Amino acid sequence: MNAVSRFVRKVSIRLERERFGRELDEEMAFHREETEKEFIAGGMTAEAAKYAAMRQFGNATRLKEKSHETVGFKAETVVQDLKFALRQLRKNPGFAATAILILTLGMGVSVAIFSFVDAALLEPLPYAAPNRLMDVAEQSAMFPRSNLSRADYDDWERLNHSFSSLEAYGGTGFLLRTPSGPVPVPAGRVSDGFFRTLGVKPMLGRDFLPGEDRPGGPKVLMLSYGTWLTRYGGRRDIVGQAVNLNEDSYTIVGVLPREFSFAPRPLADFWVPLLDKNGCEVRRSCHNLFAVGRLRDGVTPRAALEEMKAIAAQLAVQYPGSNQGQGASVAPLSELIVGKVRPILLTLLGGAGLLLLIACVNVAGLMLVRSEARRREIAVRGALGATPVRLVRQFVTEGLLLAAVGCGAGILTAGWMMTMLKRLVPKTMMDGMPFLSGVGINAHTGMFAGAIALMAALLMAATPVLRLSFQDLRDGLGDGGRAAAGRFWRRMGANLVVVELSVAMVLLVGAGLLGKSLYRLLHVENGFDTTHLATVQVAAPDSRYSKPEQKVALFRAIDHRLLSLPGVQSVGITSDLPVQCNCDTDWIRIVGKPFHGEHNEVDQRDVTPGYLPTLEAKLVRGRLFTEDDDASQSRKIVINEALAQKYFPGENPIGQKVGTGDLDPKSIREIIGVIANVREGGLDDELWPAEYESIYQDADTFFAVAVRTTQDEKAVLPVLVKALHEVDSNLGTYGEITMTDQIEGTQTALLHRLSTWLVGGFAALALVLGVVGLYGVIAYSVSQRTREIGVRMALGAQRSSVYQLIFKEAGRLIAVGVVAGLAASVGAAMLMRKLLFGVQAWDAGTLIGVAVVLAVSALLASYFPARRAASVNPTEALRAE
Amino acid sequence: MAKKPDLLPGTLDMLILKTLTRAPLHGYGIALSIKRLSDDVLTVEEGSLYPALQRLLLQGWVKAEWKMTETNRRARFYTLTAAGRKQLGIELTEFEQMIAVIGRVLRDAQEA
Repeated sequence: MNAVSRFVRKVSIRLERERFGRELDEEMAFHREETEKEFIAGGMTAEAAKYAAMRQFGNATRLKEKSHETVGFKAETVVQDLKFALRQLRKNPGFAATAILILTLGMGVSVAIFSFVDAALLEPLPYAAPNRLMDVAEQSAMFPRSNLSRADYDDWERLNHSFSSLEAYGGTGFLLRTPSGPVPVPAGRVSDGFFRTLGVKPMLGRDFLPGEDRPGGPKVLMLSYGTWLTRYGGRRDIVGQAVNLNEDSYTIVGVLPREFSFAPRPLADFWVPLLDKNGCEVRRSCHNLFAVGRLRDGVTPRAALEEMKAIAAQLAVQYPGSNQGQGASVAPLSELIVGKVRPILLTLLGGAGLLLLIACVNVAGLMLVRSEARRREIAVRGALGATPVRLVRQFVTEGLLLAAVGCGAGILTAGWMMTMLKRLVPKTMMDGMPFLSGVGINAHTGMFAGAIALMAALLMAATPVLRLSFQDLRDGLGDGGRAAAGRFWRRMGANLVVVELSVAMVLLVGAGLLGKSLYRLLHVENGFDTTHLATVQVAAPDSRYSKPEQKVALFRAIDHRLLSLPGVQSVGITSDLPVQCNCDTDWIRIVGKPFHGEHNEVDQRDVTPGYLPTLEAKLVRGRLFTEDDDASQSRKIVINEALAQKYFPGENPIGQKVGTGDLDPKSIREIIGVIANVREGGLDDELWPAEYESIYQDADTFFAVAVRTTQDEKAVLPVLVKALHEVDSNLGTYGEITMTDQIEGTQTALLHRLSTWLVGGFAALALVLGVVGLYGVIAYSVSQRTREIGVRMALGAQRSSVYQLIFKEAGRLIAVGVVAGLAASVGAAMLMRKLLFGVQAWDAGTLIGVAVVLAVSALLASYFPARRAASVNPTEALRAE
Repeated sequence: MAKKPDLLPGTLDMLILKTLTRAPLHGYGIALSIKRLSDDVLTVEEGSLYPALQRLLLQGWVKAEWKMTETNRRARFYTLTAAGRKQLGIELTEFEQMIAVIGRVLRDAQEA
């Protein structure tokens, strides 16, 4: 008979369990009755025969059970154990709830954080063979990765043998004509094979054709999926229709698939081929593109880098004016996309891991206390004949039950936390991290959760078993065993508490350092008054403002109109707002100083006379621009102190002249003033040399407006936009934001804030868990030593000396925990020093502060058991035993 | 009361199967038969027949059906199946080999 039919029979018996039992009863009763009859026939009394028959038959109940076991499944005893375990936990809800809550927290946090790590660092980019895709860019002294110029790109593309395809991309903006007026839209500009190189196929229509990106080519475009849905209602007949961008007619040829995203150009609504060389692309020194390349089979990234460097060196010889010192950079595309968040994610994962560790240690401690409390129960059950295996199995079942409930709840919590965390990431940042859409419960996170669950289950099952095996069952019955067992627990529990305290210390120090970094970051010297400053980006249609005079007239009109708004104190217009990036740079050469073709990179900004006063930038020497500094005058610049110090050390820069590398007479401009450094780059960027030029002498149709207000600057924003449209309804406006919001919303600030809050949260939880763990150990120790304390007090010990006794025990643990924690903290802080800003890993203030906080809360936690010890009534304590 | 020898472990199933080779029997009948055939030397804790019978049923070596006894009482009668007969053969062979081996060892031990 095979296993299948055996199984079928077991199942059918299971289904008719009652009948099975009834028939068994009947059969056995029949047997006994027959035996009885026989005995009676042999001359016994009815009474005696009945008992004799029963004796001869054996223990009917046990036999019935045995029959049931024979036909039953093994699992049934497991169910018994489970039922008992549930009863145990119900009887002690405090213990069960605490253990489950702690596990849930530890599991939830670590799985949630892991899902982010997985989505960002483990999942491949959503392109074909993404590990063969390289980010290709130029490199200069100031920029390890700098834009690629179009002329250089053409040469690189032609000369290289490392890449099967090398495609350029850049960002641009268009004014899209809509029924409700022109709207500025962000767009991507790419070479023809860009999408083919990534391995992305349009979901509708076609890709750009080879050669379609050449100057003079047809004006065609592809839509992003989002734009297709929102602007064109998801109509499938959209392909072939015309779109008006910057007063030019473009034909829609395709729509990109929904899952397509390209993090380096996250916002692009429209994708157009490179086409005509724009204003500055005619110059080889105009750096405005990047490239992505697909490595040929067998070519390593290093070999590709070497080749590109060689090509760059060759071009530097060929075109020294533009290319001297311009190298090449080749790195995996994934590095470009996730490189920035890696240290933060790894730090968070580390934090979550430590929290999980502390949670597990805490639960292990709880399990120990509990097995301690059940010592007598175990001893009794052992004495009544329960085999060690059966006892162990019971504890393992209980542990597994706790672990299962805790981990189940943990996964639910993790799912909830993922949604919450994703919501914490602002939209603007989310756009730059499309990979975060992959955050969720998937195969990887499931496996991770499974591994943690397994670990938790092992821990929960093993701790009491370990405890059991150490103990002689007979000890449990007598009271004499108490001292030995108490010692075991105290030693083990104390070690666990030291671990908890030091881990809590590490997390607290991490949170403290990150918090300090965030504070330093937000209070970094910006060189201007960031409050009461409202800003907006403006795009003017080229067709209406093609001539410089038209642009200057527009600037003056805007200036005039905005100044008349109530609450507006002053108005400034600039090519780039501060605290953005060290970008839009210029190479300068100082007239009259030695020059060897080096690229002296400085931030270059075009501003109205009102701009620097509006920022309240501090004038150090010379003067600022006036309304007279227009195109009719010779070119003039105001520089910042960084530029003055770097290029005119110990000299008076006023009156000095700078120009381009070849000192083209048209490029020569005179320095008229020096201002204190205004932060143009990001919060954690270095302060760069910067030059400010009169926008009247170098006007563009894309610019930003900043106004200083006397009242709430937020309220001015809508008024500002409205007033701009009153100046000209054809102006496109976007990105209206107050300077304070903009600074707080920069990616650097956001990432710092996010990690600070998260690690802070972990640290708070760790502190609570650690302190509760300490409380548990001390409270247990006090309860074990009640008699000892009673004896001491009966012999004349003062209450103060009892306090001392308890605090000494607690103090030792705290001291060891804090010292071990200090050492570990400095180590951990060194690992995350990439995230720190303006603060050292061994920042004494943070370390001391955290040590004090931890020590004080830990002492507080031990105060309560100490008070209980001191209030022991000696007579009661002695009688209680 | 003289202590009677216990059944060799693992032999109960074989005894039941052997008993059933002659005719279908109910549990009580099996117990009686074993006692009678062994001249009252082998006694089983009679109740332990029943778990054993369940085991045999599960293996498919016996079949059971409810029938009337001569005294007109309802009882469950067990019948040997073909598989059971085969199993009995296997067990008997193994048992005899075992006895023979043990016997040889014991004889050798006495002679030594």
